Formats: sequence, structure tokens, C-alpha cells
Amino acid sequence: MIRIDSVTKRYPDGTVAVDRLSLEIPDRSITVLVGPSGCGKTTTLRMINRMVEPTEGTILLDGQDIQRRPVTALRRSMGYVIQNAGLFQHRTIVDNIATVPRMLGWGKQKSRARAAELMERVGLDSALAKRYPYQLSGGQQQRVGVARALAADPPVLLMDEPFSAVDPVVRKGLQDELLRLQDELGKTIVFVTHDIDEAIKLGTTVAVLREGGRLAQYAPPAELLSAPADGFVEDFLGADRGIRRLSFFSSAALELTVDPVITADADAGRIAASGTPHLLVTDADGRPLGWAERREAAAGPVDTERLLPHGRPFVPGTDSLRAALDCAVLSPTGWAVAVDGTGRVTGVVSQATIAEAIRTAHTQSRAEAARQAGETGEPRDADAADRADKAEVAP
Amino acid sequence: MNVLTFVDAFFSDSAHWHGYDGIPQRLLEHVQYTLLALALAAAIGLPAGLLTGHTGRGGNAIAFIATAARALPSFGLLVLIVVTLGFGLLPVMIPLVVLAVPPILVTTYEAVRSVDPAPVDAARGMGMHESRILFQVELPVALPLILSGLRSAAIQIVSTATIAAYVSLGGLGRYIVDGLYQRDYEKVVGGATLVALLALATIAVFWAAGRLAVSPGVRRHRT
Amino acid sequence: MNGFFDIPSDLQHSWPGLIGLHVREALLPVAAGLLLALPLAQLCVRLRWLYAPVLGVTTVLYAIPSLAFFVVLIDYTGQTELTVMIPLAVYSLVVLVPAIVDAVRSVPQETLAAATAMGFGPVRRYLQVQLPIAAPAVIAGLRVATASSISLVSVGALIGNQGALGNLLAAAQKYDRPELAVNSVLTTAALAILCDALLVLLRRVLTPWMPRGSGGGPRAAAAASQRPEAEVAAR
Repeated sequence: MIRIDSVTKRYPDGTVAVDRLSLEIPDRSITVLVGPSGCGKTTTLRMINRMVEPTEGTILLDGQDIQRRPVTALRRSMGYVIQNAGLFQHRTIVDNIATVPRMLGWGKQKSRARAAELMERVGLDSALAKRYPYQLSGGQQQRVGVARALAADPPVLLMDEPFSAVDPVVRKGLQDELLRLQDELGKTIVFVTHDIDEAIKLGTTVAVLREGGRLAQYAPPAELLSAPADGFVEDFLGADRGIRRLSFFSSAALELTVDPVITADADAGRIAASGTPHLLVTDADGRPLGWAERREAAAGPVDTERLLPHGRPFVPGTDSLRAALDCAVLSPTGWAVAVDGTGRVTGVVSQATIAEAIRTAHTQSRAEAARQAGETGEPRDADAADRADKAEVAP
Repeated sequence: MNVLTFVDAFFSDSAHWHGYDGIPQRLLEHVQYTLLALALAAAIGLPAGLLTGHTGRGGNAIAFIATAARALPSFGLLVLIVVTLGFGLLPVMIPLVVLAVPPILVTTYEAVRSVDPAPVDAARGMGMHESRILFQVELPVALPLILSGLRSAAIQIVSTATIAAYVSLGGLGRYIVDGLYQRDYEKVVGGATLVALLALATIAVFWAAGRLAVSPGVRRHRT
Repeated sequence: MNGFFDIPSDLQHSWPGLIGLHVREALLPVAAGLLLALPLAQLCVRLRWLYAPVLGVTTVLYAIPSLAFFVVLIDYTGQTELTVMIPLAVYSLVVLVPAIVDAVRSVPQETLAAATAMGFGPVRRYLQVQLPIAAPAVIAGLRVATASSISLVSVGALIGNQGALGNLLAAAQKYDRPELAVNSVLTTAALAILCDALLVLLRRVLTPWMPRGSGGGPRAAAAASQRPEAEVAAR
């Protein structure tokens, strides 16, 4: 655990970058520092590996003051990833990644083998090993940056706006990759970003900082969205935080119905039995083809050429309530199509049913929060809140 | 008569290929002066430039040295030192070194300063010692510019050593200065050709050094 | 130092006369170099393929020592001022072309696009947008060329008293009067510093939008000439 204890950074010209900041950064989780420029988030991160020395306060790593450790040893125990990766342009990719192992005195063969292993782990083609950084795309360079930081298997990973300089599509890929890596490796990650969406997507816990380096709120993403501490946090989260919060509710509990689902060769009696104005037509294999008007369908065989599009389906349990709602809103009939992992229809669900599920989820979440508060006598502890709200849902 | 016929005449005269005033001897002298002065200047300029460039301190002093060095007339300095200190290798080495240090110092400083700060930050963040950052991160990237500073200094020394024949130094300048006195234009042009060729050879040597010493990652990065 | 300003009569000039001669022999070539460099640089900007060979030729010309250059010219122009001034003009050209090309090229694409969008034609755009933005780098190049030129005029003393203040150096040896050498070095250096200061002043007048004190350091000059500025300080 990293414990930041009322740390202040004041520069000689009087600027206060960080103001009496206290944070507890739990092990094996992603803690995101987010805020507008000038909020001291990068300064805070750089104080953890002593790239910046605090003016006041202490930072403890596993209970030990980091000032007591030799600075290079401290830094070698923490991976460091920065914007634009900061690769060494005169070294090949494999040698870039092997930098810290080589510094730690590993042999050349062992270091390179480790580097090759990491390239595979972060999704880099081994053919890139002998290339130089200028031959790689921005996204690939950033992957190398992450691999280099992980090379000596440090328990802590410090990431300073690592994905800010790449385009949104690549950024999303890198974010997904980081979450996947974290599932495998379980590092203690401190992640700085100015992008609140990135913070909510990646963070186990999110610290929102305001100008002048003061902590505005420190909470899991779902709690941030449901109960912003003040107007600043609310503004920073943006207008649609209610919708975004739905990302943290599972769609597993949605009540699906199969009544309006028919196959293309269904008989008239089956069609008449359904009570909805639209019917979802599937092929013989159970894959969705599109929506048909009940009146037309009842009149004769379904014309699969004239169906309304069924839109993007969601997977109950894997996708969130937000995804389910999105499907329903985009569907021409107002019904969302649920499929299983192989793409076969498992049922459909109406907007009204989803709305009901949202109300239920909110009620449960509040009850859980109250129970937590009653147990601990203080605002909820990060792990418990995470269990309550994240509910195994990938945002 | 044009220059080429003089050049031809000079090089085909076998007398010019032997003895203390022969081309091999003069060329050797010139190269020796150049290497000695360059080594001395590099021994002063490189460490100072690397250190100031790495720490970022001393930029104003460097700018002052650069301006002052530009204002100093090399030929004037050469004659002045010789007329005050007398003839000999050491008095001649002084102006050569004085003139060669600033380009080495200034470009080395600039080269290290202009290294992208991100990899340096990354290196520091991963626990690299400062000396290692300088030699393994900054130096390889700064090398092309540092080599160009050394090349400038070397070319400058080749030039100034030519003029040094005027104050009785050996080397290729002898042909030019002696030829001018003896009104032997063939000798003058032959000497000038040799000096120009040596200067071009200097460029070639530094080009080759760059190909050998600069990482392909840096070389391709710059173009 | 007795006889510091007592110039031997065989130099045929007073001390101020030598200064005037030196200024003329040094600055006319720089002006000529600038006049030739502007169109040549613009050509290199327009025809990208031309720049690499031009850069190659200039690098080679630049490496040729001044004395060698002077003596080769004697055959054509005799032991005259022109023999000194032609190589100096070539050196100036060689410093200025890359300085101008790099400066004009470094004008941001957005700025050029904005100018074009506002209806600037290519000529107006060059004169009113590219050249002013490139001005600091051009002047940095001029500073290098001027300092080099002032220093190199002295070498002309070797080809028959064509060195202006440099002729004092020859006299110092001939008459064994070291104070004349001191006079030559100090006056030449002072002249170089004065011209440099005037160019810095000119830059401030021409580019009031630049923050004071910037562009004057070694970085601007090094960036302007793409080569270490002190290379020309001596030959």
C-alpha cells in the first residue's frame, strides 16, 4: 500500500502544486488521479518515485517512508510510463524493454528473453523486436513503454497520462489491454489522466483533484457518478453522469421475454399468441434477422427482405444496463435484443422493463451503501464499494 | 595557363614527393598538428559541454564564449601569440586550441540540451544514475550534433594550421606561403589543392565516423 | 604601449582608414551573399529535391580553407581586394542558404494555410508572412557570416597586403612591433562585436513580436545555420 500523508508541494516562487493531500492507494488495484491541468496530479505521481520531493508530509510505501530508501532502488521497484512513451530512440525495441533488467545486473540473454516475453504479453509482434522506435506507430510505442515499465516485474506501476497522445480508437485498445494485463498481473497502479471517462473506465478508485492541488473526492467510479461530493466534481463529471453510471449495473437481472421472438417460418398461431405489435424474426439457427410488424406477419409468410433492422444486441450478464438501454433506445421498436455469447437470441426486453431494472439497481445500491456506512462508521471502503457497484461488469 | 595546369605540374614534379619538403612529409605534419590540437580541444570542450548540457547550468557562459569566439580573428590571434611568445609548436598550439574549443563546447552543450526530455525523464523514473543517463541516454542521441561540432573544429584547425605556415610552422601551408614569396605559382596552387583535399578528407572521415558510431535509430529519426 | 596607433607608412592607410577598408572588404561580400542567397534559398524551398545537392556543395565549399581559396583566385583576379571578397561572399552564401531555407520551411503549415485562406498570393505570402517569421533565423545566419567575414579579411594580408587590419599583423612581424598585432586583434574583435550588436538591434527592430533576449543565444544561431556557428569564426 502507498500512503500519502498530508503532502504539500510548494515551489520557490510560492506556487502550491499539491496542498495537504492524503490518499491511501490500495495494493493490486488501479488508482486514478484525475483533474484539470494545474491540479497537481502529475506532481503527486512524481512524488511517489521521488522525481519531485514534497515540501511537507510523508509518503509511505508498505509502511516505510520512501525517503529512507535509496532513490534509484526506489525507482527501480516502480515501473514508470509517460506520455509519448519516452523510448530510447537509439536502442532497438527489445533493448528498450530490457533496460531495467540490464541495470539490475541480469545477463544479456536473460534480459532479452524477459523482453521477448513482455512483448508478447502487451500484444506486440515479435518481429518488431529488432526495430527502432521511429519504425513503430504511436500505439505500438506506448505498448513498448508499458512493457519496459513491467520488465523487472515491479510491484508498483506509475502511469503519467500514458494514453493521451494517441487517437481515440488506439486509446480504447490500450485501455482494454491495460485492464486485461491488470487482471493477469495484479499490480498496484497509480494512473494520472485529465480524461474523466478514462478515469471511470480504468479506475478501481478515482481521486478527483481540483486546481491548487486539493483533493475534491476520492471514491470508486460508481460512487463518483452517483454521489459527486460537490459542484466541482459534478461539473467535472459532465452532464450525462446518470447514464454513465448505468455502466456499473449488471444487465444479468433483466427479465427477458421470448414471446415476440419467432422464426422466419413460424405459423400464424404462434404469431397470434404474442401480444406485442412487433415480432423479432430469427433464422433457423436462432440468430436475429430483424423486426416484423405483427399485422403483416400474421397475414402470411414473413418476408425477410422487408424487416426493420434489429440493431446491436447486448449480452445479459456481460454487458451493463447502460448497454442494454442503449440497444433499446436505438432499436426501431424500442425493444432491446439479448443474445448469448454465440449470438443466438435469448430474448427481448422493453425500455419499460429496463427502466424498472434501473430503479431496482439504484435502490439496492443505496441500501448497500447504507449498510456499508453502518458497518464501518465512515464512508465506504474502496473494495466493498467496488464489489457493490461494479458487479463484475466491464464498463 | 589555368589552375589545372599548375596543379598538374606540381603533382608530376617528382621533387615534390621526397624529403623534408615533400608532400608526404608536409601532409603528415599537417595531420599531426590537426590531431594534436583537436585532441587537446576535445579534452577541454567535450567534458565541459557534456556537463553543462546535462545540468542545464552555464548556458549564459556558453553563449558568451560563443559570441567572443566568433569575434576573435584566428589569423590575428596566431600572429599575436607567435610575436609575443616566439616560434615553436606550443605557441602555435595555443591559438589552434583556443579556436577549436568553442565550437566543440557550444555544439556539445546544445546537442545535449536539445535531447528530447521525455526519454531522460523516463530513464530517471526507472532509476538510472545521472552519469548513466548522460552516457547511455543523452550522448547517443546527441552524438550526430557533437560530431558536427568536432568536424567544425577539425576543419577550422586544418584551415588555421595552413595559415600557421606564415609564422614558420610546417605543414601544407608551407607550399602556399613559400610559393607566394618565391613567386612560384605552381607551388602555391599545388599547396592550396592539397589543403582543400585534406579539408574534404576531414569531412569524409567524420561522415564515416557518424555512420559507424551513430545508432540507426537516431540516424533515421533525424531525417 | 608606445606607437600603438603609429601605423607604418608602407600600409598606405591611417588606422581609421584601415578600419574603413576592413569594413568594406568584410561587409560587401556579406551583402552580396545575402542577395544571392535569398533567391537561391527560395528555389530550394520550392524545389525540394534541389536542397540536398545544394547542401552538399555548400558543405564542401565551406570546408575549403580561405588561404587556399584566395591563392587559386589570384590567377584570375590578381592580388586585389576582389580576390579576398569573392571567397568571403561564397562563405556568406554558404552560411545563409541553409539558414534561410530552414527558417522559411519552419514556418508552421497552419500559418501558411491561414495566409492562403485569407487570399495571399504566393509572392505576398513569401514577403509578408514567411520572410518576417524567418527573419530572426536569417539574422542569426547574418551574424555568423559577418563575424566570419570580418575575421577572414585579415588572412588577405598573406596575398599581398589585401588584409586591411590584417596587414598590421604582417607589419608587426616585419618591424618586430608586437603592439601592432595587439592593435589588429583588438580592433578586429571590436569591429566584429560592434557589427554583431548592430545585427541584434536590427532583429529587435524588425521583429518586435519576439520576446527580448531570445534568439540571441547560441541555440538560435546554431539552429539557423544547421551547423555550429563558430565553424566560420576562423580559417
